[in-house]
Amino acid sequence: MPITITLPNVLARLAEGHRTVAGTGGTLGDVVADVSNQFPSLRARLVDDGGNPYPFVTYYLNDEDIRFAGGFGAPVRDGDEVIIVPAVAGG
Amino acid sequence: MSATLSPAAIHVTDPTPLPPHDAPPSGRRSASDGRDTAGDETLPSLSREEVLRYSRHLILPEVGLEGQRKLKAARVLLVGAGGLGSPAALYLAAAGVGTLGLVDFDVVDVTNLQRQILHGTRDIGRPKLDSAADRIGEVNPHVRVEPFNTRLTSANALEIIREFDIVVDGTDNFPTRYLVNDACVLTGRPNVYGSIFRFEGQASVFATADGPCYRCLFREPPPPGLVPSCAEGGVLGLLPGLVGTIQATEAVKLILGIGETLVGRLLLVDALRMQFRNLKLRRDPECPACGTHELTALEDYEEFCGLRRAAAAGLAAPPIREITPREVAAKRARGDDFDLIDVREPHEYAIARIEGARLIPLATVSDAISTLDPNREIVVHCKAGGRSARAAQVLQNAGFHRVWNLAGGITRWSDDVDPDVVKY
Repeated sequence: MPITITLPNVLARLAEGHRTVAGTGGTLGDVVADVSNQFPSLRARLVDDGGNPYPFVTYYLNDEDIRFAGGFGAPVRDGDEVIIVPAVAGG
Repeated sequence: MSATLSPAAIHVTDPTPLPPHDAPPSGRRSASDGRDTAGDETLPSLSREEVLRYSRHLILPEVGLEGQRKLKAARVLLVGAGGLGSPAALYLAAAGVGTLGLVDFDVVDVTNLQRQILHGTRDIGRPKLDSAADRIGEVNPHVRVEPFNTRLTSANALEIIREFDIVVDGTDNFPTRYLVNDACVLTGRPNVYGSIFRFEGQASVFATADGPCYRCLFREPPPPGLVPSCAEGGVLGLLPGLVGTIQATEAVKLILGIGETLVGRLLLVDALRMQFRNLKLRRDPECPACGTHELTALEDYEEFCGLRRAAAAGLAAPPIREITPREVAAKRARGDDFDLIDVREPHEYAIARIEGARLIPLATVSDAISTLDPNREIVVHCKAGGRSARAAQVLQNAGFHRVWNLAGGITRWSDDVDPDVVKY
């Protein structure tokens, strides 16, 4: 069972309309890279030029902020769930 | 997790019910009328009419007479009287929060009415603070409204926020969100956060004594232009109703000191799937506001959010030339040969279009370059001119030298050239 990434609605259109995408890899960074390869137009919205997460997009691995769990180096296991939360400012 | 509040911020256990802001207006803590002498005598009493009005609260043990008096003593500041501020203000007023501060400098526009339920059709053109005060007064005449007809800035934020117990953030832009957050951290006032875009919302409670703040969630704002505003990207009109009501609920729980607040949690609301998710939030030890405390004063938030850099970069790049709708109409009348390109989305094109325009949505402009002739004159347009300026930049960078941006977009085209084109 691969690792699922739940995208915000606003990014789903860059993933052919899918709100949930799946990737594989040993670390969170591997999974994000795998998903970026499947949906190339997503890449620039998920990671910066250096392949790191942006400071205005927060990744949650099993409901925990990854910055406190090893960042993109965090090990992942099949069935893990990643949620991507972008900064939005509407009011 | 229960809320842990700075004793200066709110009066749950502190025998002094109000934080050290200015003395309340006389009479707010008048001697009891004999109906409600129980409990903390520093809290304002309730009149007979108020006792009846709040009866559904008073029979809740978690609220009761003492809780209702805490609500009456409370001072809540709403930053923004728009989508989120509307339901928050209405419910806080109905619940009997004694003083509501409102910060807004806008006037009511017809496009606000799809979601901003503080304002009505007859209020179009009025200052939002005026229509908000009228509506709140109608809901509950016992509520004192303190209007601040101004933009919240680094110069006035601390002074205004210090006068209140709790802040409800209903702003619509990143600079003000960071400003509200930092001012709340510096003054020790809880920041009841809500934010919306299209079909999704976020809510939390930041800046309490032990909890994280907005900067712990997002260290930096996105660069200008990356995240569209609700005016550009749209928002489901009911969504601020959901999120703003959650904010009001959290404010009331903070005042009463009951339940488990969103301190240390981020609530995600997905209206399309109707799913609510809770994510854990932690205080970032490296957060300059609430972690290291290296932030000791408010800063320049336009600068922090890159708006000044963006403006400077705009000056450095070759300027995008603009053309007015009347000039384009004159070119057409003369029979000039040029391409008109509409960079909006297909669903916007379906609402209104300029006859003869070719639809190439902004995100696909780069891919469409090979289908365009760099030697021809090109006029690009969108709804109001923002997206088409970016499209013009893309074309200019690709070697197109005869590109013009339609000033004011299709909206101004409707005003100046063809009123049959509907405005949206």
